[in-house]
Amino acid sequence: MIPAPFDYVRAGSAEEAISLVNEHGEDAKLLAGGHSLLPLMKLRLAQPSVLIDIGRIPDLSYIRDGGEHIAIGALTRHMDVEKSAMLAEHVPLLAHAASYVGDAQVRHRGTIGGSIAHADPASDLPATTLALGATYVVQGPGGVREIAAKDFYVGFLESALAPDEMLIEIKVPKMAGAGWNFQKFNRRAQDWAIVGVAAWRNGTSAGVGLVNMGSTPILAAQVAEAIAAGASVEDAAELAVADAEPQADLNASVEYRTHLAKTLVRRALTASTK
Amino acid sequence: MQISVTVNGTTHESDVEPRTLLVHYVRENLGLTGTNVGCDTSSCGACTLHLNGEAVKSCTILAVQADGQDVATIESLAVDGVLHPMQQAFMENHGLQCGYCTPGMVMASIGLLNENPDPTESEVRYGLEGNLCRCTGYHNIVKSVLAAAATANAGAQS
Repeated sequence: MIPAPFDYVRAGSAEEAISLVNEHGEDAKLLAGGHSLLPLMKLRLAQPSVLIDIGRIPDLSYIRDGGEHIAIGALTRHMDVEKSAMLAEHVPLLAHAASYVGDAQVRHRGTIGGSIAHADPASDLPATTLALGATYVVQGPGGVREIAAKDFYVGFLESALAPDEMLIEIKVPKMAGAGWNFQKFNRRAQDWAIVGVAAWRNGTSAGVGLVNMGSTPILAAQVAEAIAAGASVEDAAELAVADAEPQADLNASVEYRTHLAKTLVRRALTASTK
Repeated sequence: MQISVTVNGTTHESDVEPRTLLVHYVRENLGLTGTNVGCDTSSCGACTLHLNGEAVKSCTILAVQADGQDVATIESLAVDGVLHPMQQAFMENHGLQCGYCTPGMVMASIGLLNENPDPTESEVRYGLEGNLCRCTGYHNIVKSVLAAAATANAGAQS
């Protein structure tokens, strides 16, 4: 399978990428690691007329201690998130979840920013960063603004990014010793999750993100509210689909997804409860 | 678009369409047909080669993304007819049946040992999760990788 023809330009900086997007209009797409976009282009589900390669922008791949949070450059590859000692110490749930993305070859190319900007409900890191209460830093022609993860995902593969904005950084609060767990249910090792759950808990505070339980990555807010109100893990897990809108596909019916979500949320919260 | 890619130690100047995939570039432009196309959807790993020393799936990379970079394919491994230790281990442990997945398996396995020189069996299975064997010969593939690691580690200690 070969993508439809397109023009290729390489951006040397975020500013240059944004000005190229403005120049080429809405038929242009940003290319980071390409492991979400190129498969769509090969299937001709996406046919951008211009690809703006941001993969070589030098200063957008980093993992830094920001005090209360860890700042991750948008072009940081999944493999670097997985292996980061700083994330293992301060945000272990994210480093662990990154190890479930695709396979080693995919993690050598795919980037955390690309995955989040692609906004696929079946991807592991959007739901994980939602659960962690992350903030996304985006740059546009007018400067930089921040979008809370919970306000970012607006529809299937649709985000709050304006056409001329680019995700440049992900800020993830430090977990401060919270218990955590990641559950990914699939049939084959490298598959997308049929249902996935990212969870953390610190006393009566908790966060739960759901993978592939609707048209967007889902924040299971009512589960966290139940934990905050003193509910048991079992009772809180019954609310797993209260914020979700599971859909049927080849792998699972709505009923099966609902059952999986409750079961996996219960397991993840049990493992997170110290 | 004009690109310059170093493949197996030789730098090639080529004019390619931006939509040319890296796997098609090495197979069709350079005639290096050891790298196979399997699923063509970045699932099966048959097209695995090394980009700047790391295992990647060349069906999901554009040749223009490899401009100025260093690529190594299965053809780079044997020198003067002497097999690479990983190839030797696959041969000795019957790590291939039909052989279609083998170039990708070998390149992924070398990449795996570069990052984790002394893996456990489960780490090998995890490390190779991106490579499918349609003969389902995984047991001997894992055995081959463990044997290659043991040989390398024995050599390093002696």
